Amino acid sequence: MNYNKLIFELSIPGRIGYSLPKENYPNYQLKDLTEHLRDSDLLLPEVSELDCVRHYSNVSKKNFGVENGFYPLGSCTMKYNPKINEEIAKSYSFTKLHPYQPIRTTQGALRVYHELQVALSEISGLAEFSLNPYAGAHGELVGLMVMKEYHATRKDFKRTKVIIPDSAHGSNPASTVVCGMEVVEIKSNELGMVDIESLKSVLSDEIAGMMLTNPNTLGIFESDICEITKLIHDAGGLMYYDGANLNAMLGKVRPGDMGFDIMHINLHKTFSTPHGGGGPGAGPIGVRDFLVDYLPNPRVKKMDDYYYIANTAESLGQISSFFGNFLVELRAYSYILTLGKENLMNVGKLATLNANYIRNALKDDYYLPIEGYCMHEVVFDGLLDNPNEIRTFDVAKRLLDYGMHAPTIYFPLLFHQAIMIEPTETESLQTIDEFIKVMKLIAKEARTTPELLRNAPINTPITRTDEVFAAKAMIFSYRDYLEYINRKV
Amino acid sequence: MFKYFPHTKEDINKMLKDINISSIDELFSQISKNVLLKEDYNIKSEMSELEIREYFKNLSNENQELTIFSGLGLYDHYQPAIIDAITSRQEFLTSYTPYQPEISQGTLQYIFEYQSMIQALTGLDVSNASMYDGSTASAEACFMACNITRRKKVLISETVNPNTINVIKTYLKFRGYDFEFISSKNGVFDVEDFKNKMSKEYASVIVQSPNFFGLIEDYTGVSEIAHEYKGLLIQNSDPSTLAVLKSPMENGADIACGDCQSLGVPLAFGGPALGYLATLKKYVRKLPGRIAGYTTDSNGLRAYVLTLQAREQHIRRSKANSNICSNQSLIALYVTVYSALMGKSGLEEVNKLSYQNAHYMYDKLLATGKFYDNFKKPFLKEFTLETTISHDLIGEALLENNIFGGFSLEKISDKYENLINFAATEKRTKSEIDKLIKVLEGLS
Repeated sequence: MNYNKLIFELSIPGRIGYSLPKENYPNYQLKDLTEHLRDSDLLLPEVSELDCVRHYSNVSKKNFGVENGFYPLGSCTMKYNPKINEEIAKSYSFTKLHPYQPIRTTQGALRVYHELQVALSEISGLAEFSLNPYAGAHGELVGLMVMKEYHATRKDFKRTKVIIPDSAHGSNPASTVVCGMEVVEIKSNELGMVDIESLKSVLSDEIAGMMLTNPNTLGIFESDICEITKLIHDAGGLMYYDGANLNAMLGKVRPGDMGFDIMHINLHKTFSTPHGGGGPGAGPIGVRDFLVDYLPNPRVKKMDDYYYIANTAESLGQISSFFGNFLVELRAYSYILTLGKENLMNVGKLATLNANYIRNALKDDYYLPIEGYCMHEVVFDGLLDNPNEIRTFDVAKRLLDYGMHAPTIYFPLLFHQAIMIEPTETESLQTIDEFIKVMKLIAKEARTTPELLRNAPINTPITRTDEVFAAKAMIFSYRDYLEYINRKV
Repeated sequence: MFKYFPHTKEDINKMLKDINISSIDELFSQISKNVLLKEDYNIKSEMSELEIREYFKNLSNENQELTIFSGLGLYDHYQPAIIDAITSRQEFLTSYTPYQPEISQGTLQYIFEYQSMIQALTGLDVSNASMYDGSTASAEACFMACNITRRKKVLISETVNPNTINVIKTYLKFRGYDFEFISSKNGVFDVEDFKNKMSKEYASVIVQSPNFFGLIEDYTGVSEIAHEYKGLLIQNSDPSTLAVLKSPMENGADIACGDCQSLGVPLAFGGPALGYLATLKKYVRKLPGRIAGYTTDSNGLRAYVLTLQAREQHIRRSKANSNICSNQSLIALYVTVYSALMGKSGLEEVNKLSYQNAHYMYDKLLATGKFYDNFKKPFLKEFTLETTISHDLIGEALLENNIFGGFSLEKISDKYENLINFAATEKRTKSEIDKLIKVLEGLS
C-alpha cells in the first residue's frame, strides 16, 4: 500500500503522455529565436498517461478529505461540498471565458458575479460586496485598505492604529502591517471576550478602527457587541468583521445589524466551496453604503438588465488581475440558490446545536475553560483527568488512528492545550455520537495506556514526522533531493 | 427536511434534551434581541437540483464561447483530460491545509512536486507552494525585495502587464512604499533608462518577458547593474514560455514570479489561477507563503511537511513576511499534473506550435497592408501591431465570426494609440487563423 515514489522517479527518457496537433508551418522554427533560447536543462518527468494517472491516484489515497470521514477542524467550517456545485463550475461555458471578451459575450458570468454580490449583501446587512479578493486574508487586507482610504479621503491621516483582540487569528495583525498600519492589541477578559475597560483605555483620535471576529475565536458570541461598535464609532473609527466564523450567524444575526462597517466572507467556509487542500477559496468584502466607492477595481455593475464593468477613480485601486476566483464564486452561488432563504435561515442554528451537543457530551472528559453555551464551535483546554500529562497534540494524533480528522489544536493561543471542535450543520447525529465515543475512549486511553497516544498515529500512511530535519535539511525540490542523496552516498 | 441537513425532528429533540434546553433559540440567548434577525433573508426560495441545473444553463447561455486570439496574461492553451479527472478526486478537492501530515501526504507530496517543477522552469533554487495570482505574487516579490534590502522604493518596467502594475501600485501605496517606472524603447525594457535610474534607494527592478506586448526582452547586463547597487532583479514570466526561453536564473534574476494559468488551468473568466514565486536559497527565509520540505517519519519512511513556518502569520503575527494564510493548492495540482504529463518535450512542442501559429498569422496580417509592426522585436505566441482601422470595427467584424481578438490596447491606456494585440496558442487551427485573416482583409 505504501506508494511513495515521486513523479520524477517514474521518468523514462523518450516516453510521452500527450498528443498535440501536427505542425502546419514548418518554415517557422523556434531556433530562429537564437540568443533568447534557454541553454540550461529542464528537469521535468517523462511519463505515459497511465503512469501519470496512476501516480496521482495513488498519491491521493494518502489524503483525508471530507468524504472520508468527520473533519471537525475548528474555525475552518469543513462542511459537505455538494457535487452539483462542481458540476455547475465545470459543465457550462464559464470555464471558457476570457475576461477581456466583450461584455455582451460574458453577460451570464457578470450576472453570476452581481447576483452573488447582492445575495451576500443581504445576508450580511451591508450595502455592496466586491468578490475580487482571493481568500480570507486577502479580504482582510483589502478591507483594511478601504478603512485607510476612508480616513485618508477625509484627510484624517493620524488614524493609523487598528485595535485587535489578543484572541484574533494571526492574519489580522499581519494584514494590518501589510496595509501600513499599526496593531494595538487588547487583552480578553476571563470569559474570553473583549474587555470593555481595556478597549476604552486605547481609544483615541489615532484609532482607524477595530477588527473583530464574532463569534470570537473561542466560539463565544461577544454579547457586548453593540457597545463595542458604538465605542469605536464614537471615537471616529470603523468596525471590521472577520467573517471566519460567519457560519454560526447564518439565519440569526447580520454583521451590518451589529454595527460593522466592513467585512469579509470566506466562501470556502460558510458557502461550502471545497477547500482544495489549502485553496483556492474566496474572500469577498462587503461595506456600508458610505464606503462603496472605495471598493477595489474592477467593479461589476448593473444598469436595467445589462451588466457592465466599471473602473473608478475613487476606488482604492486594483488588488487582483480580474474578478477573483470566479469558479469558486460560481459554486458558492449554486449553494446559496440550492439552500434558498428557507434553509439558509437554519444553518447557524443547526451548526450551533451540534457544537453544544459535543460540548455537553465531552465536558466530563475534557476541560472546559469557559462557562456558557458556545456558538458553532467549542474549545476545550486539554484533558480533564490527566495523570500521565498527555498533550492535546497526542489526543489529536490518536484521533487519526480512529479514522477522523483532528480538530484545530493550540489555537486560540489563550489556552495552552486548546482543542477547537467545529462539527458544522451537515454532520448527522450518528457521526457526532461516534466522534464523542472516540474522544471519550481516547480520554480513557490517556489514563490507562498513555503510550498508545504518545506513539500515535499508527494506522495512517505515515507516522509522526521529523520537522527539525525538514527545517535543517531544506530540501524543497527534486533537485535538492538528488543533491541530498548524492551527498549521503 | 433538507438534503444537506441530516437531523430528523427526533434527533433534534434528543440533542436538546441532552443539553437540557427546550429550543435551539436558547443557545442564542446571550445575543441582544435588537440585533437578532426578525425575518427571513430577502433571497430566492430553495431550488431542486433540476432547477439549479436549469438556472445555470440559462445563465451560461447568456455567455458566448469564442475562438480566442487574445492573451494579455491569460492564454487559451489545451488542457489534457486527465487534469480534470485527477483534480476532481475528493481526497484532493475536499481536504484542507495539510495541518496533520500523517493524513495529508497527498497534498504535501504534490506541493513538493509543484515546487520542483517551478524550480526547474525558473532555474532558481526554491519555490513556495503558490500565491493567489501572478499580480499578487509580483507585489509580494516587491515586498520581499524591500524586506531583504531594507529599502522602501522599487523600479517597475513599463512593459510589465498593466494589471500587474496596478496591483503592485496598490500594495505599495498602502504599505507606504514608493516606485518609479523604467521606460520602454521600441516596445521593450530600456536598459539605458534603468542604468540611469538605479541607485541605492531602490530595492529592486521588476521586468517581464515576454512582456505585455508579447515581445521577448534581453536582460544582458541588467542583473549586474541591480547587484552593483545591492538591489535585486525580479523577473515576471509566463512559465510555459520558460520551457524554451532563457530562464530567470540564466538572466541573473534573484526572484521569479508570474501566473501559472498557462500550465493546464482553464481561462475561467480570470480565476482561479495561481501565482508562482521562486527565489535563491539565501533568501528563503524572506519568502512569503507555505513551503513544503522533504523529511522522514518515525519509521524512516519518506514524508513531506510544511516547513520554515516561523516566516508565517500564524506564528509571527504582525512580524510575518506576509499576511497570506493559504495557497492555491488545488490549482498547483493542475499545474503539477499538466507539467508532469507534458514534460520537457511536450512543453517545447506547445511553444513550437504556438510560435508557428502566431508567426504565420503575423506574416499574413502584415501582408494585408493594413497592419504594421513598429517594434520589430522577437516574439513567441503573442504580438502587438499598429493599425489605423477602427479597433471597434475590427472587434465587431471578428465577433460576428465568433472570434475574440485582437484586443485594442487603447482600452487600457491612451498612450497605446492604434496598438492592437494578438495571440495564438497551439489550439488555433489553420482554418481559424485563415478565417481571422479573411475577415480583417475585408476591412478598411
